[in-house]
Amino acid sequence: MNNLNLKQAKEALKNKKISSYELTKLCLETIEKTDKKLNAFVTVTNELALKSAKNADNSIKNGVELPLLGIPIAIKDNFSAKNVRTTASSKVLDDYISPFDSTVVKKLKDAGAVILGKTNMDAWAHGSSTETSDYGPTRNPWNTNYLPGGSSGGSAASVAANQCIAAIGSETAGSIRQPASWCGVVGLKPTYGRVSRYGVVAMGSSLDSPGPITKTVEDSAQILNVLAGVDEMDATTSPLPVRNYTHELNKSIQGLKIGISDEYFIKGIDKEVEEKVKQAIKKLELLGAKIEKIKLFDPKYAIDVYTIIQRSEVSSNLARYDGIRFGNDRSSFAEEAKRRIMFGTYALSSGYYDQYYNKAQQVRTLIIEDFNKAFKKVDVIIAPTSPSLALPVGATKGESMFGELADVLVEPSSIAGLAGINIPVGFAKNDLPVGMQIIGPQFSESLVLNVANQYEINTQDEKWRNLTPSL
Amino acid sequence: MEEFNTKLMKYSPVIGLEVHVELKTNSKMFCSCSADYFGQKPNTHTCPVCLGLPGALPFPNKKAIEWCIMIGMSLNCEIPLFSKFDRKNYFYPDLSKGYQISQYDKPFCINGHITLSSGKKIGVTRVHMEEDTGKLIHENINGKGVSLIDFNRSGVPLVEIVTEPDFETAEDVKEYLQKLQQIVRYLQVSNADMEKGNMRLEPNISLKKPGEKGLPKYKVEVKNINSFSFVGKAIEFELKRQAEILDKGKLPVQETRGFVEKSSSTVSQRVKEEASDYRYFPEPDIPPIRWTKEKINELKKQIPELPNEKAKRLSEEFKIRLTDAIIATDDISLANSFEETLKLGQKHNLDSQKLANFIINRKINLLEELPAKIVENFIKANVNTDLSDNELNKIIEQVIKDNTKAVEDYKKGKETVIMFLVGQVMRQFKQKIDANKVKASLLAKLK
Repeated sequence: MNNLNLKQAKEALKNKKISSYELTKLCLETIEKTDKKLNAFVTVTNELALKSAKNADNSIKNGVELPLLGIPIAIKDNFSAKNVRTTASSKVLDDYISPFDSTVVKKLKDAGAVILGKTNMDAWAHGSSTETSDYGPTRNPWNTNYLPGGSSGGSAASVAANQCIAAIGSETAGSIRQPASWCGVVGLKPTYGRVSRYGVVAMGSSLDSPGPITKTVEDSAQILNVLAGVDEMDATTSPLPVRNYTHELNKSIQGLKIGISDEYFIKGIDKEVEEKVKQAIKKLELLGAKIEKIKLFDPKYAIDVYTIIQRSEVSSNLARYDGIRFGNDRSSFAEEAKRRIMFGTYALSSGYYDQYYNKAQQVRTLIIEDFNKAFKKVDVIIAPTSPSLALPVGATKGESMFGELADVLVEPSSIAGLAGINIPVGFAKNDLPVGMQIIGPQFSESLVLNVANQYEINTQDEKWRNLTPSL
Repeated sequence: MEEFNTKLMKYSPVIGLEVHVELKTNSKMFCSCSADYFGQKPNTHTCPVCLGLPGALPFPNKKAIEWCIMIGMSLNCEIPLFSKFDRKNYFYPDLSKGYQISQYDKPFCINGHITLSSGKKIGVTRVHMEEDTGKLIHENINGKGVSLIDFNRSGVPLVEIVTEPDFETAEDVKEYLQKLQQIVRYLQVSNADMEKGNMRLEPNISLKKPGEKGLPKYKVEVKNINSFSFVGKAIEFELKRQAEILDKGKLPVQETRGFVEKSSSTVSQRVKEEASDYRYFPEPDIPPIRWTKEKINELKKQIPELPNEKAKRLSEEFKIRLTDAIIATDDISLANSFEETLKLGQKHNLDSQKLANFIINRKINLLEELPAKIVENFIKANVNTDLSDNELNKIIEQVIKDNTKAVEDYKKGKETVIMFLVGQVMRQFKQKIDANKVKASLLAKLK
């Protein structure tokens, strides 16, 4: 039953086919059974989860209706959860127990969700592999010799391995979409400012976007319905009204204009990735969409911009970990964090600020304008999420720019603060999943989800849909 | 001192001021904790935001920003329509986030000035908004020296007011500070109490050699000054110290010095070789602030009449001396009841100047006594100054008769005796009467 997606689980709970307690227990047992291999969790909150499942069952009995009532959900370890250890997978916060809930966790709790625990990630979300966690790498459920991607690798692996019904991740540039791609699940990166960052251990503050990682597109829409909205604790959340993100899922895409840019089928891209994504685009064309070639900036420019802005913000965001009020001192930072602190500190130093940070912000503006121009011609842009399939464990060793290269195709849209989603479009010959991304303008979540859902529901009969990871 | 003054003649002082004013908003700058931290139990006014816990984010206090703008407007500043917050990065145990949220290149207010009584204008470079830090407390616990941190003050709204290096004397600095204090109190945005640290001053002082163009090559910043009179002492000490160094043909070191109350001197705290590198960058957690002209005008309307204007208006409206009006408008609540009293006086057809004299000379507590009561007392006292010459002359004659010795002394040339006689006359009246009038009548009689 833990194979259920969110929609199915809600139905099963409603029809009393299963109780939240039983469902939660099943998830916890699966974690127990599989996590020695996967290492998707940093902290499992068994007791808390069972207790809130019991409460949920009571509520269900009393006729309470909430959007996520009784649904077991896994949370990335950079989301603060009251009275729960929150490490962001760094030894600096090894014994840090948050005294408050992040807005996302609060909203999930208010919606009745049962929180299973905290998932593994690249320490401080610095990476795209979940191999740089101070608590050891997470492994890809489809082949445990491979990486799950990252930084939300624990969440993506957990969803793929049915350890949970759905999970929460956060993306600065690729950290939801890329692991979702490598793990064969749906990952939605909402527009910057659509979902509150309050209580999320800050990485690149001008980029961080929390979002769902789920088994289906509709599940992502349902969770976004719970998470989206202005937050008085986060001044960067948008006051724009929240849509009902499930309403437009089944709209026809007849006449929809899809932009394809050659720049996103970069040199050295995995041939199978290219092939599967092009097949998926064909499928959308068959469903009535119009495919248009567009020209976008070479995504490699985004790497430079992203590297400077993100590292600069990181160097400042990590300053509070001075070992005085909580956690361990700064000697507990691992290599990658130290490297980013040094890089960012240098880029912000007087005399270099204009050359680096300021220049990067100017190029960022150009990238935003480039997308604005593109969205005057097309409704959405489609591209591979990652230029490669999941890479083997150990691939990040000695590669300090690993993440930026793995995320080359998601960084431009992150820098521009756009909405984007990864959906699985099949498997390569080595049984590793292939992901495709759909990018829309800011606050176009409904549209992006609509296109993704149209692909999903019209490919249900494809054989690869029946595959499950064997663990 | 004379030697010192002549020495100083050689150099011209160049003094600028940085003043921090703590606002008295209910809540802190970026969270909903109470900003009223003074005398509270340590670390009781804190939350994840002002403690800088992982994931906590700042949410700016609208009222504090509006008050900052109002201070700027009162200092004749321009209010740019675009502004933003920046992060000032540095490590210190009382700084919970490892950076202070401040403003760097786009402060809320720029290019203002304060006019001193001499007519000299002191340029106000900028007025910006930032947050206060926590407080380190060094204590001895069980024989062990420990440093403790109280974060109650962390995140309390601070407005920083920076002047141009336009001051040349300690007196001007003091007057500027008094005016500034008076203005923020008039605006009722801060108690501006030096002792409680609501207002903190940091002068930077240097001396210019004769004929030297531009600013001196060095600058000495003095900290730990917690009263207006100390700022004068610190400046005088520094000017003398620096003049002596320059006399020897050397250049004073660019540094931060601390004021020592006991010896009225300054001591070196930290040598600044270059400007510190705070690695300022735009605060990504707070979107830039864009004002509209309408909003700025709305704020302008909220600014009450300020002391200068009020004194001028009272002087004109009630035909009282400007110097008296200035004394009466020192404090806003005093000024308001002063005005009320004069208005009431007008209704009774009283002489406003006389009523003003009555209030000022008798140091009447305008905060405790109601205008009606003051006017009543004034009328009572005033009736007696109109006592008939007849009655007064009668009493004077009686006093002359009773004090023959004193009268003789006076006639011999001991003129001071007259005041004794005036006193004797006045004793015969139960109410206060005009001593000048008594003296004049006495002198006439004794001629």
